[in-house]
Amino acid sequence: MRPEVALPVVLPLLFGAISLALWRYRTAQRVIGVLGTGTLLAAAVWLLLATWRDGVLVMHMGNWQAPFGIVLVSDLLGAIMVVLAAISGLATAVYSLTAISKRHEHYGYYPLLHLLLAGVNGAFLTGDIFNMYVWFEVMLVASFALLILGGERAQMEGAIKYVTLNLVSSAIFLSGIGLLYGLTGTLNMADIADKLADVEDTGLITVIAMMFLVSFGIKAGAFPFFFWLPASYHTPQVAVSALFAALLTKVGVYALFRVFTLIFTQDVGYTHEILLWVAGATMLTGVLGAAAQYEFRRILSFHIISQIGYMIMGLALFTPLALVGGVFYIMHHIIVKANLFLVSGLVYRLKGTYELKELGGMYRSHPILGLLFLVPALSLAGIPPLSGFFAKFILIRAGVEAESWWIVFVALLVGLLTLYSMIKIWAEVFWKAQPEEHANRPAPGPKGTGVMYGTIAVMAAMTVFIGFGAQPIYLIAEQAAHQLLDPQIYIDAVLGDRS
Amino acid sequence: METLMAFVVGGLFAAAIYMMLRRSIVKLVIGLILLSNGANLLLFTQAGMLRGAPPLVPLGATQPEGVVADPLAQALILTAIVIGFGVLAFAVVLIHRAYEVVEADDMDQMKDTDT
Amino acid sequence: MTRELNIQSLILRSASQLLLPLLLMFSIFLLLRGHDEPGGGFIAGLVAASAIALHMFAQDIHQAKRVLYADPRDLVGWGLVFGVISGVPAIFKGQAFFTSQWLEFTMPILGKIKVGTPLIFDIGVYLVVVGSVLLILLTLAEAED
Repeated sequence: MRPEVALPVVLPLLFGAISLALWRYRTAQRVIGVLGTGTLLAAAVWLLLATWRDGVLVMHMGNWQAPFGIVLVSDLLGAIMVVLAAISGLATAVYSLTAISKRHEHYGYYPLLHLLLAGVNGAFLTGDIFNMYVWFEVMLVASFALLILGGERAQMEGAIKYVTLNLVSSAIFLSGIGLLYGLTGTLNMADIADKLADVEDTGLITVIAMMFLVSFGIKAGAFPFFFWLPASYHTPQVAVSALFAALLTKVGVYALFRVFTLIFTQDVGYTHEILLWVAGATMLTGVLGAAAQYEFRRILSFHIISQIGYMIMGLALFTPLALVGGVFYIMHHIIVKANLFLVSGLVYRLKGTYELKELGGMYRSHPILGLLFLVPALSLAGIPPLSGFFAKFILIRAGVEAESWWIVFVALLVGLLTLYSMIKIWAEVFWKAQPEEHANRPAPGPKGTGVMYGTIAVMAAMTVFIGFGAQPIYLIAEQAAHQLLDPQIYIDAVLGDRS
Repeated sequence: METLMAFVVGGLFAAAIYMMLRRSIVKLVIGLILLSNGANLLLFTQAGMLRGAPPLVPLGATQPEGVVADPLAQALILTAIVIGFGVLAFAVVLIHRAYEVVEADDMDQMKDTDT
Repeated sequence: MTRELNIQSLILRSASQLLLPLLLMFSIFLLLRGHDEPGGGFIAGLVAASAIALHMFAQDIHQAKRVLYADPRDLVGWGLVFGVISGVPAIFKGQAFFTSQWLEFTMPILGKIKVGTPLIFDIGVYLVVVGSVLLILLTLAEAED
C-alpha cells in the first residue's frame, strides 16, 4: 500500500480542520497556513517522485477493492497537477501573510484555503467519476466562500454569476454521470473505459461526451462558456484571485484531459474535432477580450481564457507531441498566471488602484518590481528562453505535424496579441509617467511588502528555471503524455492485470 | 415507469431553465433547485426502476435473493442531495446578502462587473 | 428590521422544554446504533440540529445559543478533525487509509463491546452536521434581527 497517494488529499483536510478548530487564534492559523501548504508541497513532490519511479500508483480507500470501492490513482499527469497545486497553495499562503487583512482572516480565510486545496487535489487524484463530482463540489463550496470574503457589492454580483454557472455545470456533470452509469453499471473510470469498449451504441456515448465537454468547459472557462470568469475573478482579494487563476480553471482542463483520453476515445474524429474548434475560439475570444480592457486584473482574467485554449488545443490534436505540449503548457501557465496576479496585488498595495489609466511611473519608483513583472509577462507571451516559449513551441510544432494549419495560425496570432496586452500593461503601469491627478491616491502603503516581493521573485525564478531547464520538464511531460495516450496502463494499474 | 420519469426529468429541466432565464434572483435560485433535482432524478431513473425489491440480504446469507433494486444509485443521489442542500443553502445566504447590498431583486441591476 | 422571531405559543414553548432533552438523547441513540442498523452520524446530527432549531423557534436565538454552548464553527472544526483522524490509524498498520480498525473488550454489565474507527468518524460527521446546519440557521436568524 502506498500512503503517499492519499497524503495530498488528507493533509490539507487535516490542516484545514485544525485551522478551523483554532479559528479564534489568528497567529496559529497563519502558522498552520504556511506549515500546512509547505508540508503539502513536500508530500506532493514525494508523490511525483514515487510515480516517476514506480509508474501509476493506486490506493484503495478503506481497503475496498476496485471497481467497487473508491480508488485514488496517481498517474504522472495527476501527480504533476498536485505538485503545481501545492506550489501555488504555498505561494498564496505566504503572500497572504501580509496581503490578507485581519478582518478577512477572521472570516475563515485559512481554513477555506486548505479546504480548496483538498478539493482540488482530490479531483486530481480520484479514480472514480462520482467521487470527482464530490471533490468538485468541495472545491466549489470553498471557492464560493472565498469569493465573497469581505462582502463588497462587486463580489456579490460576481459571485451570483459564478455560483449559477458552476451549479449548472455540476447538474450537467451529474446527469452525464447518471447516463454513463446507466450504460456501464460502474463508476470507476478505468472500469468505465474498459466496459465502454463493448458498448455498441456509440451515438449515445458521443452525446454523453458532449455533456462532459459542456460541463468541464464551463469550469475551465472555454468558449462559449467563459463569460462568468471575467465577471467574477477580479472581485475577491487578490491572493484569492491568484489561487483561482492558478487552479480552478485548470481542474476543468485536467478533467477534460482525463475523460477525453481515458473514457471518450471511441469517435476521436468527431469529439476531438469539436475540441479543436473550441480551443481556437477560446484562444481568440480571450485575447481579444483582454485587448479591450484597462483594468489590471480583468486583462489577466481574459488571458486565463485564451491560455486555456492552448491547453485544449494540445488535447484536441491528440498526437503524442501535442499532449506533451498541453501538459507542459499547464505546468508553465499555473506558475506564470498566479505570479502575474500576485504582481497586480503588489502594484495595488503600492499605488491603491488597478486601473491602468491611473497608474504609471512604477519603473522609475520600483525598478525591481518592473523586472519581476517582465519575467512572467514575457513568458506568457512566449518570448524565448522563458517557459512560455517552449510550451508554445511544442504545441505549434505539433499543429504543423498534424497539418492543422488554421489552428497554428490562430495560436501564433494569439501569441502576438498576448505580447501586445503585456506590453500595454508594461507601458501603462511601469513606463509612462503617472497622471498628475492620480499621483496622490491613498494606498495601503509599502509596509510588509518584503514578503510579497519574495513570493513573486521565487515564482519568477521558477519560470526562468522551467525555461532554461526545459529538458527535464519536457521528459516528465512526455512520460505523462505517454501514459495518457495508452489508457491500458491506467486501467491495468487500477483493476489489476486480468488477462 | 422509466418513460414517465424521462418526461418528468425533461419537464424539470425545462422549468429550471425557464426560471433561470427570468430576471429575479429568487426565481434564479428556484431554477437551480429544480435543476439539481432534475439531475438527481435522472441519476435515479438510470439505475432502472424496480418495485418492491429492496436490496436486503437475508440473515445468514451472503447475497440477496432474486433480482433487487440497485442500491448504489440510491447512495449516489443521497450524496448528491446532501451536496445540493449544502450548496443551495449557501446560494440562499448569498442572494440574501446580495439583496441587502444591491437592494434589488433584479439581475439587470447587477451588471457592474460585466464590462 | 425588527421582527419577533419567537412565536408566542404556550403549547410550543412548554413542549419544546420537554422535547429538547428527549430529542438530544434520541440523537445520541441514533449515533451509537448506526453502524449495523439504520442510524448514523448524519441523521443523528440532523435530529440534534433540528432539536436546537425547534428550541430557537420556541424561545429565541440567545436561548438556542445557550443550549448549544459551543460556537457552531468550533463544532465543524473539531468534527472535521475527528473525521480525518479516524482514517489515520490504518496507515500505521500498513493498510490503506480509512481501513476500519476494531477493538473488542468485555465490560462487567454491558457485555461484549466493539469499538472502532468508524465510530470516531461518525462522531465527526455528527459534529460537522450539527455545526454547519446551525451555523446557517443562526446566520440567517441573526441577519433577520
